[in-house]
Amino acid sequence: MHQRVYHLKPCKTLTLLLSLLMALSGCTNDHNTNVITGALTQTLHIGNGAEPQDLDPHIVTGVTEHRIISALLEGLVGKDPKTLKPIPAVAESWHISDDRTHYRFRLRKNARWSNGDPVTAQDFVYSWKRILSPGLGAEYAYQLYSVLNAEAYHKGRLQDFTQVGVTAVDDHTLDVTLTNPTPYFLAILDHYSTYPVHRKTIEKFGSMDKRGNRWTKPENYTGNGPFTLKSWALNRIIKVEKNPTYWDAGNVKLNAIHFYPVENASTEERMFRTGQLHITSTLPAEKIAVYRQKNPDQLYINPYFGTYYYLFNTRRPPLDDKRVRQALAMSIDRNSIVTNITKGGQRPAGAFTPPNTLGYTAPTQIPFDPVRAKALFEEAGFPAGKNFPTLELVYNTSESHRKIAVAIQQMWKKHLNININLTNQDWKVYLARRKSGDYDIARAGWIGDYLSPNAFLEIFTRDSGNNHTGWSDPEYDARMQKSQRASNTNKRMEWFGQAEQLLLEAAPIAPIYTYTNVYLRSADVQGWHPNILDHHPYKYVYLSGSHD
Amino acid sequence: MTLFLLKRILQAIPVILIVTTVTFFLVRAAPGGPFDTERTVSEEVLNNLQSFYKLDQPVHIQYQDYLKNLFQGDLGPSFRYPNRTVNEIIADGLPVTFELGLYAIIFAVILGVVAGIIASLRPNTLQDHLPMSLTMIGICLPSFLLGPLLVLAFGIQLEWLPVSGWGYSPGDKILPVVTLGSAYAAYIARLSRAGMLEVLGQDFILTARAKGLPQWRIVTVHALRGGLLPVVSFLGPATAGLLAGSFVVETIFQIPGLGRFYVQAAFNRDYTMILGTTILFAGLIITLNLLSDFVTAWLDPKQGFVKK
Repeated sequence: MHQRVYHLKPCKTLTLLLSLLMALSGCTNDHNTNVITGALTQTLHIGNGAEPQDLDPHIVTGVTEHRIISALLEGLVGKDPKTLKPIPAVAESWHISDDRTHYRFRLRKNARWSNGDPVTAQDFVYSWKRILSPGLGAEYAYQLYSVLNAEAYHKGRLQDFTQVGVTAVDDHTLDVTLTNPTPYFLAILDHYSTYPVHRKTIEKFGSMDKRGNRWTKPENYTGNGPFTLKSWALNRIIKVEKNPTYWDAGNVKLNAIHFYPVENASTEERMFRTGQLHITSTLPAEKIAVYRQKNPDQLYINPYFGTYYYLFNTRRPPLDDKRVRQALAMSIDRNSIVTNITKGGQRPAGAFTPPNTLGYTAPTQIPFDPVRAKALFEEAGFPAGKNFPTLELVYNTSESHRKIAVAIQQMWKKHLNININLTNQDWKVYLARRKSGDYDIARAGWIGDYLSPNAFLEIFTRDSGNNHTGWSDPEYDARMQKSQRASNTNKRMEWFGQAEQLLLEAAPIAPIYTYTNVYLRSADVQGWHPNILDHHPYKYVYLSGSHD
Repeated sequence: MTLFLLKRILQAIPVILIVTTVTFFLVRAAPGGPFDTERTVSEEVLNNLQSFYKLDQPVHIQYQDYLKNLFQGDLGPSFRYPNRTVNEIIADGLPVTFELGLYAIIFAVILGVVAGIIASLRPNTLQDHLPMSLTMIGICLPSFLLGPLLVLAFGIQLEWLPVSGWGYSPGDKILPVVTLGSAYAAYIARLSRAGMLEVLGQDFILTARAKGLPQWRIVTVHALRGGLLPVVSFLGPATAGLLAGSFVVETIFQIPGLGRFYVQAAFNRDYTMILGTTILFAGLIITLNLLSDFVTAWLDPKQGFVKK
């Protein structure tokens, strides 16, 4: 019939396509990667997780945003890149009163905004008024609650801002009055929520306390940090450039930083592997072993200021019984979880506050002790798990949360002979259930905002909105109060220890492990010091080219 | 013809309205809100946020306001990205998604039609089996697997092509286009093979052969028009699927398109963003289906749109 004449041959087409592909790609094979050109131009290329919500320090709440904002703005106080101790930034010095509730900051006269205006004490008063304005709905306003009357103003109970404990004595002197001595107050001043914003710019593009202000567009942005916002291409790249008006510009070595919002960790790793990035924000767990073996010098695993834990809903029986909670917490083999599941150098956590936080480590730990756990269960009326109801464990959808939940489900089955149902939920549903107390056991994680045990222990005080367990204890609150008023660091840490001991005994939570930061970094990157907060002031970072 | 078009356009309006309404109420019924975060937001802050975005008003008022703004082309501010409006985000991402989808569909059509024709010319021989089994692989390989495999081969091992980006460096569009287009190329190949086989067996082709016309003329002039009919009716929904489903490819290749916003808006409970993108894609699907119906009708002599 009609099978005679054939002009097209499949192999010919394939050859044609392949040669076209090669022709198109020929020019990319020149090995001029970002990493190589970056070292020549001092341009750092960073994988930055997600697209930032905004670059307004009073609006945003995430790590992604922090990484960019810390290049664009600077607070009164900075931090030492190695030790994280507070060091002078916009304030060149400060004086703290004997009762430690009055701070006087002397601002540097050469601190400038990127448009040349001087950075003044009034800028800080304005900025703090802005974040505390009820209308702005700033989620991080509570960072300033230690300032006298700040909370009342933010909650609308006080209308007159002059009664809030922040005053500009003159252009370069700022007085701050606190309600109570707050040992970590200086550390908070390097949190972006307390950073200054440029009044004229804010008011040119919107009102002080309205969201949706356009001042953060690159053409409008005025900052006072070591870098200025050059461009912001949605979902592509954010470029910042060295700010010539920055008071310490002479010591800023990088000329530019490019932030890439790469959400997919595997994509980010591939970008790193092909020299498009100097630093990644993370590394897929399954790649850790590969890098350990092949490129250990590029793999960084650092302790991080966060704890992975489970919440027990103490309002629901049988979890209202302390012994049941203790038994559950004691039958988790944390070592096995970090070595067999997470595999990223995480440390098993027997306490809530990460170890060695400013020298503080919890005095007691929840042990892995199945024998004792069994005995406690028996005491509580569930010998060998008899009559124990089937509980539900809720976690937000993620492969690693699932694996951990399955492991713990097995451990509880093995050691206590009880059954747990696992439920994974979409992030927002999971959050809503946690918040409304609609769970038995829930997975949780907490990252400290500032370096103090308070950043962790504070959430189990009665008034904290982040305590979803239904547990509270006046004695715990009293010990936390005492830690605030303690006369010296040792005393303070002692009170933290006593409070945490109480918490671990009551066991409304079962800590599981201390987070680590796992990321890749090119050997070119210098002055990037691993630390527990994963904060890296860019003014100290530079690139050394080692490519020949 | 005009009546046909007019009728279809008028039909589209209630469809869009229904999609809008259902989506509007569904997103509000979903548990969790746009301002739920890991760190609990205080009651006062939450109230202020809700009143700023007018979420504290009765739902029917919110709905009325939304429709009113929609008719004026205003999709509202994004809850997730406070300094951007949904219109701005769409204006930024849509061209990229369009470009990606357009290249992918062109790639799919060329590869698919050529493979389909080749296969149909010698049914049940190696020339048929080889391209058809390749297309079977194409259909079976999901883009989240094919993408990384292509990257591994051409990006990392051979170092021919960039592993990510869109228009940042030469050649970075090739892998995403191939990844996105492959599955569709496979479908198109199978459709055009079947269509061609049917047409090639008909009497008028026999007549053409009897006239002694060369094979290429028979294929291009006589058979192709009828043989591609199934492909054309597939192209409408396929293009819409390509555009709305580019999320995976955009994520793998770090492409700043709209697909990522479309999906993440749902996770973020970014109500306005969910609505904006849903309405947009609904409109696109309707338009593209309309277009493909129109072209099908035009190609098919039985429909009588073309003058005899």
